Amino acid sequence: MQLGLFLQWIIKSGILLAIMTGGFAYVTLYERKVLARIQVRIGPNRAGPLGILQPIADGIKLIFKEELIPARADKFIFILAPIITVFPALVITAVVPWGETMTLFGQQVPLGIAPDLNVGALYVMAIASISVYGITLAGWSSNNKYATLGGLRASAQMISYELALGLSFVPSIMLAKSMSLMDHVQMQAQMGMLKWWLYQPLGPAIFLIASIAEVNRAPFDMPEAEQELTAGYHTEYSGMKFALFFMAEYIKMIAVSMIAATLFFGGYLGPFVDRLPWLGPIYLFGKVIILLFGMIWLRATLPRIRYDRLMSFGWKILLPASLLNVFITAVLVVIFG
Amino acid sequence: MTLNLLLFLILAAVAIASALGMLLSRHALYSALYLILNFGTVAVFYLILHAPFIAIAQVTVYAGAIMVLFLFVIMLLGAGQLPPTKVLPWQRPVAIFLAAILLAEAVYLIFFRTSELPGATTLTPGFGDPEAVGKLLFNQYMLPFEVTSILLLAAMIGAIVLTKVEKK
Repeated sequence: MQLGLFLQWIIKSGILLAIMTGGFAYVTLYERKVLARIQVRIGPNRAGPLGILQPIADGIKLIFKEELIPARADKFIFILAPIITVFPALVITAVVPWGETMTLFGQQVPLGIAPDLNVGALYVMAIASISVYGITLAGWSSNNKYATLGGLRASAQMISYELALGLSFVPSIMLAKSMSLMDHVQMQAQMGMLKWWLYQPLGPAIFLIASIAEVNRAPFDMPEAEQELTAGYHTEYSGMKFALFFMAEYIKMIAVSMIAATLFFGGYLGPFVDRLPWLGPIYLFGKVIILLFGMIWLRATLPRIRYDRLMSFGWKILLPASLLNVFITAVLVVIFG
Repeated sequence: MTLNLLLFLILAAVAIASALGMLLSRHALYSALYLILNFGTVAVFYLILHAPFIAIAQVTVYAGAIMVLFLFVIMLLGAGQLPPTKVLPWQRPVAIFLAAILLAEAVYLIFFRTSELPGATTLTPGFGDPEAVGKLLFNQYMLPFEVTSILLLAAMIGAIVLTKVEKK
């Protein structure tokens, strides 16, 4: 029994890691294809049919690139930084439920690694809050003024937007009366999506904006603004170490899409999912694809905003708006129960 | 039981090593990193003690928020290497003296005490869950909790007022 449970966890963790790293490769292709379509180009179409082998070709290229470490860099932290950037991105989705409990080989298997963890929402916040270290340390250890500035910008930006991100979880916690993400999804099924949204009118918008800032994507990609900082915190990185930063960014995109889908778009819910539990992961996958498309669309459409604007938007608009959102939900919960 | 003990011993070794590393490191940034490792280890201790809420709060608040600001300030001020000169020459003998007193007290309590130590409180299952912690904070410890929040609010307003640049 104990061994079976242990094996089950190892297998599920392996599946999650495989999906995340494999997903990273294909999100890069997805982004390049969508960007190309938006800019009336064709996009990668030479490696394999429809360019489907392009990520593999990119990976092989990066493995064979020369790796440079700047002479005056802090070598230990320089090597450590890409690793601690990828780690939070890989583990943050451990609390996201993929579906209802399924019976596989005569065993009750909950879909997800720890979907019913009673501090699930807080766990997401905790991991998000430590994910800033990798970028900050990478910038500092490179011993390069552009990289250091990029790292400083990243830490200031991520601290600022974390507040709004954390507060956008609070209405869901109040409505579900639990911090387990499984309970959040089940409450959405019980209340219906429309009512769930009416109780927290600003929630989804605040979460989506703050999460784009949290993963340092356009239009909030100040830490790596090319015009002013060459490439920001990863200026000095090359080869596989650069690939790890790249990987962290795309895995974080998938992770925040999964969390957004779970908190605001019904997670694994969909037609017939109560009778056929294996449809859950498929619905979740579909929602993640749609949210990723939104992120890529934003990158293709919006120019990067100025740094002071970014900070004042975070502190003067987004933070008060998320406090108002919490207030509205609290009042509605008190009045209507 | 033995597995728990083994985990505890490994974690204790990491915690002590990281604490020593923080104290002995001559570089402010490495000290901060050792402190983060220490906070993470303490969070795992809380998890072993069945207090998931406190564990996650430890990671979010200390490792995630406060230490990021520490790192930020160290990097911003360029406070790299500390000078090798001793700033406070009397500090070390006093510290050794105080540590010796603490050690003597611990040895006395463990080996030479005459009366029994008060027994541990029996805990109900789920005492460390967020619901249980929240109920305690908002019922039994309501007043201290609210006083703390007002204290923090006052500190926050003070910081904003002190750093605000007057416009003429």
